[in-house]
Amino acid sequence: MPTLAISHTIDARGLSCPMPIVKTAQVCRVVPAGSVVELLATDQGSTKDVSAWCRATGNELLDQTVDGSVYRFLIRRN
Amino acid sequence: MTTAMTPTFDPLADAIAAAEGVPELAEAELPAMLADTPAKTKDLLIIDYSGDLEKVWATLILASTGAAMGVRTRVFVTFWGLQVFVKDSKRITGENWMQKMLSAMQRPGISHRKLSKMNFLGMGPWMMGRLARQYGVASPKELLEAAQALGVEFIPCQMTMDMFGLKPEDMIEGMGEPVGAATVIGLMTENSTPLFI
Repeated sequence: MPTLAISHTIDARGLSCPMPIVKTAQVCRVVPAGSVVELLATDQGSTKDVSAWCRATGNELLDQTVDGSVYRFLIRRN
Repeated sequence: MTTAMTPTFDPLADAIAAAEGVPELAEAELPAMLADTPAKTKDLLIIDYSGDLEKVWATLILASTGAAMGVRTRVFVTFWGLQVFVKDSKRITGENWMQKMLSAMQRPGISHRKLSKMNFLGMGPWMMGRLARQYGVASPKELLEAAQALGVEFIPCQMTMDMFGLKPEDMIEGMGEPVGAATVIGLMTENSTPLFI
Protein backbone atom coordinates (compact mmCIF):
# COMPACT_ATOMS: atom_id res chain seq x y z
CA MET A 1 0.00 0.00 0.00
CA PRO A 2 1.20 3.59 -0.60
CA THR A 3 2.99 5.31 2.26
CA LEU A 4 0.60 7.40 4.30
CA ALA A 5 1.44 10.54 6.23
CA ILE A 6 0.96 9.46 9.82
CA SER A 7 -0.04 12.42 11.93
CA HIS A 8 0.04 10.67 15.31
CA THR A 9 1.42 7.46 16.78
CA ILE A 10 -0.24 6.02 19.85
CA ASP A 11 2.06 3.72 21.75
CA ALA A 12 -0.24 1.41 23.69
CA ARG A 13 2.30 -1.41 23.89
CA GLY A 14 2.09 -3.19 27.22
CA LEU A 15 -1.33 -1.75 27.97
CA SER A 16 -4.34 -3.95 28.53
CA CYS A 17 -7.97 -3.54 27.51
CA PRO A 18 -9.53 -0.96 27.36
CA MET A 19 -6.56 1.46 27.29
CA PRO A 20 -5.56 1.00 23.60
CA ILE A 21 -9.13 1.98 22.62
CA VAL A 22 -9.40 4.73 25.23
CA LYS A 23 -6.11 6.29 24.08
CA THR A 24 -7.13 6.00 20.42
CA ALA A 25 -10.43 7.73 21.15
CA GLN A 26 -8.64 10.50 23.04
CA VAL A 27 -6.23 11.13 20.16
CA CYS A 28 -8.93 10.92 17.48
CA ARG A 29 -10.86 13.67 19.26
CA VAL A 30 -8.07 16.17 18.78
CA VAL A 31 -6.60 15.33 15.36
CA PRO A 32 -8.30 16.89 12.32
CA ALA A 33 -10.63 14.80 10.14
CA GLY A 34 -8.77 12.88 7.45
CA SER A 35 -5.62 12.40 9.57
CA VAL A 36 -4.03 8.99 9.72
CA VAL A 37 -3.32 7.69 13.19
CA GLU A 38 -1.04 4.77 13.94
CA LEU A 39 -1.76 2.57 16.93
CA LEU A 40 0.78 0.13 18.34
CA ALA A 41 -0.56 -2.41 20.81
CA THR A 42 0.36 -5.75 22.34
CA ASP A 43 -3.11 -6.53 23.73
CA GLN A 44 -4.36 -9.50 21.73
CA GLY A 45 -7.95 -8.38 22.20
CA SER A 46 -7.18 -5.24 20.21
CA THR A 47 -7.12 -7.29 16.98
CA LYS A 48 -10.91 -7.47 17.29
CA ASP A 49 -11.58 -4.38 19.40
CA VAL A 50 -9.99 -1.85 17.06
CA SER A 51 -12.19 -2.85 14.13
CA ALA A 52 -15.27 -2.84 16.40
CA TRP A 53 -14.33 0.64 17.59
CA CYS A 54 -13.83 1.85 14.00
CA ARG A 55 -17.23 0.46 12.98
CA ALA A 56 -18.99 2.09 15.94
CA THR A 57 -17.33 5.49 15.55
CA GLY A 58 -17.29 5.71 11.75
CA ASN A 59 -13.51 5.83 11.50
CA GLU A 60 -11.71 3.82 8.87
CA LEU A 61 -9.33 0.96 9.63
CA LEU A 62 -6.89 1.27 6.72
CA ASP A 63 -4.45 -1.44 7.65
CA GLN A 64 -3.76 -3.99 10.34
CA THR A 65 -0.43 -5.80 10.57
CA VAL A 66 1.47 -7.78 13.16
CA ASP A 67 5.20 -7.70 13.82
CA GLY A 68 6.13 -10.30 16.40
CA SER A 69 3.96 -9.49 19.40
CA VAL A 70 3.16 -5.93 18.30
CA TYR A 71 -0.04 -5.18 16.43
CA ARG A 72 -0.02 -2.11 14.21
CA PHE A 73 -3.23 -0.41 13.10
CA LEU A 74 -3.60 2.48 10.71
CA ILE A 75 -6.79 4.43 11.25
CA ARG A 76 -8.15 7.30 9.22
CA ARG A 77 -10.11 9.68 11.42
CA ASN A 78 -13.38 10.66 9.77
CA MET B 1 -78.24 -1.36 -10.15
CA THR B 2 -74.54 -1.54 -10.79
CA THR B 3 -71.72 -3.68 -9.48
CA ALA B 4 -70.95 -1.05 -6.79
CA MET B 5 -73.33 -2.82 -4.47
CA THR B 6 -71.47 -6.08 -4.73
CA PRO B 7 -70.03 -6.82 -1.27
CA THR B 8 -66.24 -7.21 -1.33
CA PHE B 9 -65.10 -10.70 -0.60
CA ASP B 10 -61.55 -10.61 0.69
CA PRO B 11 -61.11 -13.09 3.55
CA LEU B 12 -57.34 -12.50 3.68
CA ALA B 13 -57.74 -8.75 4.33
CA ASP B 14 -60.42 -9.48 6.94
CA ALA B 15 -58.15 -11.95 8.70
CA ILE B 16 -55.25 -9.48 8.72
CA ALA B 17 -57.51 -6.72 10.06
CA ALA B 18 -58.80 -9.04 12.79
CA ALA B 19 -55.30 -10.14 13.77
CA GLU B 20 -53.91 -6.59 13.91
CA GLY B 21 -56.80 -5.29 15.96
CA VAL B 22 -56.92 -1.59 15.08
CA PRO B 23 -55.23 -1.20 11.69
CA GLU B 24 -55.41 2.64 11.66
CA LEU B 25 -53.30 2.87 14.82
CA ALA B 26 -50.63 0.56 13.42
CA GLU B 27 -50.41 2.70 10.29
CA ALA B 28 -50.24 5.91 12.27
CA GLU B 29 -47.33 4.63 14.39
CA LEU B 30 -45.26 3.36 11.49
CA PRO B 31 -43.81 6.65 10.14
CA ALA B 32 -42.68 7.74 13.62
CA MET B 33 -40.99 4.39 14.19
CA LEU B 34 -39.24 4.58 10.84
CA ALA B 35 -38.08 8.13 11.52
CA ASP B 36 -36.28 6.91 14.66
CA THR B 37 -34.55 3.98 13.01
CA PRO B 38 -31.44 5.51 11.34
CA ALA B 39 -29.06 3.40 13.43
CA LYS B 40 -29.08 5.72 16.45
CA THR B 41 -26.90 4.20 19.13
CA LYS B 42 -28.54 3.99 22.53
CA ASP B 43 -27.00 5.78 25.50
CA LEU B 44 -25.32 3.73 28.20
CA LEU B 45 -26.49 4.11 31.78
CA ILE B 46 -24.51 2.31 34.46
CA ILE B 47 -25.85 2.25 37.98
CA ASP B 48 -22.85 1.86 40.23
CA TYR B 49 -24.34 0.52 43.43
CA SER B 50 -21.29 -1.34 44.67
CA GLY B 51 -18.13 0.07 46.18
CA ASP B 52 -16.21 -3.22 45.84
CA LEU B 53 -12.90 -2.92 44.00
CA GLU B 54 -13.67 -5.48 41.31
CA LYS B 55 -17.12 -4.08 40.54
CA VAL B 56 -15.90 -0.49 40.43
CA TRP B 57 -13.18 -1.67 38.05
CA ALA B 58 -15.76 -3.25 35.75
CA THR B 59 -17.92 -0.11 35.91
CA LEU B 60 -15.02 2.12 34.91
CA ILE B 61 -13.77 -0.19 32.13
CA LEU B 62 -17.24 -0.25 30.56
CA ALA B 63 -17.87 3.47 31.10
CA SER B 64 -14.56 4.58 29.57
CA THR B 65 -14.97 2.17 26.65
CA GLY B 66 -18.55 3.33 26.08
CA ALA B 67 -17.46 6.96 25.89
CA ALA B 68 -14.49 5.99 23.69
CA MET B 69 -16.94 4.40 21.27
CA GLY B 70 -18.92 7.59 20.99
CA VAL B 71 -21.77 6.37 23.18
CA ARG B 72 -23.19 8.94 25.61
CA THR B 73 -22.34 7.33 28.93
CA ARG B 74 -23.70 8.18 32.34
CA VAL B 75 -22.86 6.53 35.65
CA PHE B 76 -25.37 6.97 38.44
CA VAL B 77 -23.51 6.45 41.70
CA THR B 78 -25.53 5.34 44.67
CA PHE B 79 -25.16 3.59 48.05
CA TRP B 80 -21.66 2.07 48.37
CA GLY B 81 -20.88 3.27 44.86
CA LEU B 82 -21.08 6.85 46.07
CA GLN B 83 -18.19 6.28 48.52
CA VAL B 84 -15.93 5.61 45.51
CA PHE B 85 -16.36 9.16 44.24
CA VAL B 86 -15.47 10.87 47.50
CA LYS B 87 -12.03 12.54 47.28
CA ASP B 88 -9.17 10.18 48.17
CA SER B 89 -7.91 12.75 50.67
CA LYS B 90 -11.13 12.62 52.74
CA ARG B 91 -10.71 10.35 55.71
CA ILE B 92 -13.86 10.85 57.77
CA THR B 93 -17.06 12.13 56.20
CA GLY B 94 -20.51 12.86 57.52
CA GLU B 95 -22.04 14.98 60.25
CA ASN B 96 -23.24 12.60 62.95
CA TRP B 97 -21.36 9.80 64.68
CA MET B 98 -22.97 7.01 62.64
CA GLN B 99 -22.08 8.64 59.32
CA LYS B 100 -18.55 9.26 60.59
CA MET B 101 -18.22 5.70 61.84
CA LEU B 102 -19.37 4.28 58.48
CA SER B 103 -16.64 6.26 56.70
CA ALA B 104 -14.12 5.15 59.31
CA MET B 105 -15.01 1.47 58.79
CA GLN B 106 -14.76 1.73 55.01
CA ARG B 107 -12.39 4.46 53.93
CA PRO B 108 -13.94 6.41 51.03
CA GLY B 109 -12.17 7.19 47.74
CA ILE B 110 -11.25 5.42 44.52
CA SER B 111 -7.84 4.33 45.84
CA HIS B 112 -9.22 2.66 48.96
CA ARG B 113 -11.47 -0.03 47.58
CA LYS B 114 -11.69 -3.51 49.07
CA LEU B 115 -12.42 -6.77 47.28
CA SER B 116 -15.80 -8.37 47.96
CA LYS B 117 -14.02 -11.72 48.24
CA MET B 118 -10.50 -12.57 49.40
CA ASN B 119 -9.82 -9.13 50.82
CA PHE B 120 -7.65 -10.63 53.62
CA LEU B 121 -6.99 -7.31 55.36
CA GLY B 122 -5.88 -5.68 52.13
CA MET B 123 -3.67 -8.54 50.90
CA GLY B 124 -6.15 -9.33 48.07
CA PRO B 125 -6.36 -5.76 46.70
CA TRP B 126 -2.57 -5.41 47.01
CA MET B 127 -2.05 -8.56 44.91
CA MET B 128 -4.68 -7.37 42.40
CA GLY B 129 -2.84 -4.07 42.12
CA ARG B 130 0.51 -5.83 41.59
CA LEU B 131 -1.00 -8.13 38.94
CA ALA B 132 -2.73 -5.22 37.21
CA ARG B 133 0.54 -3.30 36.94
CA GLN B 134 2.37 -6.42 35.75
CA TYR B 135 -0.18 -7.00 32.99
CA GLY B 136 -0.63 -3.35 32.00
CA VAL B 137 -4.18 -3.09 33.33
CA ALA B 138 -5.12 0.50 34.14
CA SER B 139 -6.02 1.13 37.78
CA PRO B 140 -9.53 2.30 38.72
CA LYS B 141 -8.08 5.78 39.35
CA GLU B 142 -6.50 5.91 35.86
CA LEU B 143 -9.72 4.63 34.29
CA LEU B 144 -11.74 7.24 36.18
CA GLU B 145 -9.49 10.00 34.83
CA ALA B 146 -9.78 8.61 31.27
CA ALA B 147 -13.56 8.27 31.62
CA GLN B 148 -13.91 11.87 32.79
CA ALA B 149 -11.63 13.12 29.99
CA LEU B 150 -13.83 11.29 27.46
CA GLY B 151 -16.96 12.91 28.87
CA VAL B 152 -18.53 10.19 31.02
CA GLU B 153 -21.06 11.88 33.32
CA PHE B 154 -20.95 10.74 36.94
CA ILE B 155 -24.23 11.55 38.63
CA PRO B 156 -24.55 11.19 42.41
CA CYS B 157 -27.69 9.99 44.18
CA GLN B 158 -29.12 12.81 46.31
CA MET B 159 -30.72 10.47 48.83
CA THR B 160 -27.45 8.61 49.50
CA MET B 161 -25.57 11.92 49.76
CA ASP B 162 -28.02 12.96 52.48
CA MET B 163 -27.96 9.61 54.27
CA PHE B 164 -24.15 9.46 54.40
CA GLY B 165 -23.94 13.19 55.20
CA LEU B 166 -21.83 13.86 52.08
CA LYS B 167 -21.49 17.41 50.82
CA PRO B 168 -20.68 18.39 47.19
CA GLU B 169 -17.20 19.48 48.34
CA ASP B 170 -16.51 15.95 49.64
CA MET B 171 -16.88 14.59 46.09
CA ILE B 172 -14.25 14.54 43.32
CA GLU B 173 -14.19 17.35 40.75
CA GLY B 174 -16.50 17.11 37.76
CA MET B 175 -19.42 15.26 39.32
CA GLY B 176 -22.87 16.04 37.91
CA GLU B 177 -25.81 17.49 39.81
CA PRO B 178 -27.26 15.03 42.34
CA VAL B 179 -30.52 13.46 41.16
CA GLY B 180 -33.12 11.00 42.40
CA ALA B 181 -34.51 7.66 41.30
CA ALA B 182 -37.13 9.20 39.01
CA THR B 183 -34.43 10.79 36.84
CA VAL B 184 -32.65 7.44 36.61
CA ILE B 185 -35.82 5.57 35.68
CA GLY B 186 -36.55 8.29 33.13
CA LEU B 187 -33.15 7.84 31.49
CA MET B 188 -33.41 4.07 31.70
CA THR B 189 -36.75 3.90 29.94
CA GLU B 190 -36.05 6.59 27.35
CA ASN B 191 -33.10 5.61 25.26
CA SER B 192 -30.49 3.98 27.46
CA THR B 193 -29.08 0.54 27.92
CA PRO B 194 -29.05 0.15 31.69
CA LEU B 195 -26.50 -1.83 33.69
CA PHE B 196 -26.69 -2.37 37.43
CA ILE B 197 -23.30 -3.09 38.94
